[in-house]
Amino acid sequence: MGTVLSAADLRKGLKLEIDGEPYLVVDFEFSKPGKGQALYRCRLKNMITGAQFDRTYRSGDKFNGADLEEQDMQFLYEQGDKYHFMSTSTYEQLELTGDQVGDARNYLTENLMVGMLLFQGRPIGINLPNFVELKVLQADPWIKGDTASGATKPVTLETGFVVQVPLFIEEGQVIKLDTRTGSYVEKVKSA
Amino acid sequence: MDWKHHSPSRHTLLAARASIIRAVRDFFHGEGFLEVQTPLVTRSPAPEPHIDAVTVESGKYLATSPELFMKRLLASGFDKIFQIAPVFRKGERGRIHHPEFTMLEWYRLHADYGDLQGDCRRLLESVHDAMLNDSQGQWAEDRSALKEPWDVYTVRDAFSRFAGWTPGPDTDQEAFEVALVEKVEPRLGFPSPCILKDYPANQAALARLKPQDPSVAERFELYWKGIELANGFSELTDPREQRERFEAANALRVRNGLLPYPMPEEFLETLTELPPCAGIAMGVDRLVMVLTGAPDLDAVVAFPPACP
Repeated sequence: MGTVLSAADLRKGLKLEIDGEPYLVVDFEFSKPGKGQALYRCRLKNMITGAQFDRTYRSGDKFNGADLEEQDMQFLYEQGDKYHFMSTSTYEQLELTGDQVGDARNYLTENLMVGMLLFQGRPIGINLPNFVELKVLQADPWIKGDTASGATKPVTLETGFVVQVPLFIEEGQVIKLDTRTGSYVEKVKSA
Repeated sequence: MDWKHHSPSRHTLLAARASIIRAVRDFFHGEGFLEVQTPLVTRSPAPEPHIDAVTVESGKYLATSPELFMKRLLASGFDKIFQIAPVFRKGERGRIHHPEFTMLEWYRLHADYGDLQGDCRRLLESVHDAMLNDSQGQWAEDRSALKEPWDVYTVRDAFSRFAGWTPGPDTDQEAFEVALVEKVEPRLGFPSPCILKDYPANQAALARLKPQDPSVAERFELYWKGIELANGFSELTDPREQRERFEAANALRVRNGLLPYPMPEEFLETLTELPPCAGIAMGVDRLVMVLTGAPDLDAVVAFPPACP
């Protein structure tokens, strides 16, 4: 159980628990119409499913803060539909399902450090670093002078993720990706 | 105005604030009002269910509004008075709420809330003229919006139009307020200011009930760009009914776990002498915010209050 909070504690960024699930306050406004009572209008985001909805709280309302923590963990391997992670401090291992990992799977390579989100001690998902570096597994060769087909081409990365990159990127090269947008940032110079 | 790309400097905003306050004074002096000052420390703030006064010492509070003192002046023979004063309300902090803010109040003897609506219109035009003049035309965007006819909705019409239901005299207050905030207010006052009037009788506060239709009170609010700017009444002058409403407000406070306020006996006594009159309170900081297009109250005061 998280700490008991009241409506006056509400603000953007607060995490609370509703029906056993963790929610993040993504938007907040204090209202007090005319001679009326204080109303606390929130947009809430389910931290597991990402679904958003609006809820208005009143002065006397009480609720529980979400018991949520983030722990640094290393991605080990994928087997079947299970993704295995290990804490680098305690060597404790945890697993997530493919659904829990979601689109983050596109960026997971062995030994990548991620933030494991634990709700009431249970793993519910991961936060990726903003940028990752991935190797290009397959790319069509660049024919010099071929600019007619546009400025980008699709390549397949080592995780199986297909991304649009500039024409000069070749097989075997390493590129930097922004995990928040899924887009190409730059070519990483080979060591 | 496009705030993100042309955010005016703090100096410009405080200069606009000063122009607006001076223009408000000029307007009321021009209309023959007397400027008054009333105590900031009081033993009996108006018993309001949802307004919390700051205690300064045992049995003394900072004013949540100059209302009761101003009506006592009216009862003693003043006929047109106004005041610009700081007021204090505990725990109110948000984009358009500060626990300490500047209130403009004005009162007219032998007038009703319709007269006040006319005052609002002339006041805003006059203030905007002065603001344009002082700034060499910087704030010109709202010019035509102020000159256009203003929308006037009864609470019933506005609710049926924007919330999809019609409140009656006994409508649940909480349901009323939630719908007002979520559905109605965001639609009011675009591009011209708008009057929302004739509140359900159980939301009358210190307003008299409409003689032709006692299911509603002669209370109105002025909105512009979705922001509530002012709350005006044809004042309730019946001491017995006023006492009952104060008692009901105090009872509601106790039910909500709040301390009741002492009954304002001196005010209730003078109410027997009070002729028909009308009065209104306007938030000066909000007026500056809306006229300058500022995103919040913090932008238009010299020292924003600390967050709780």
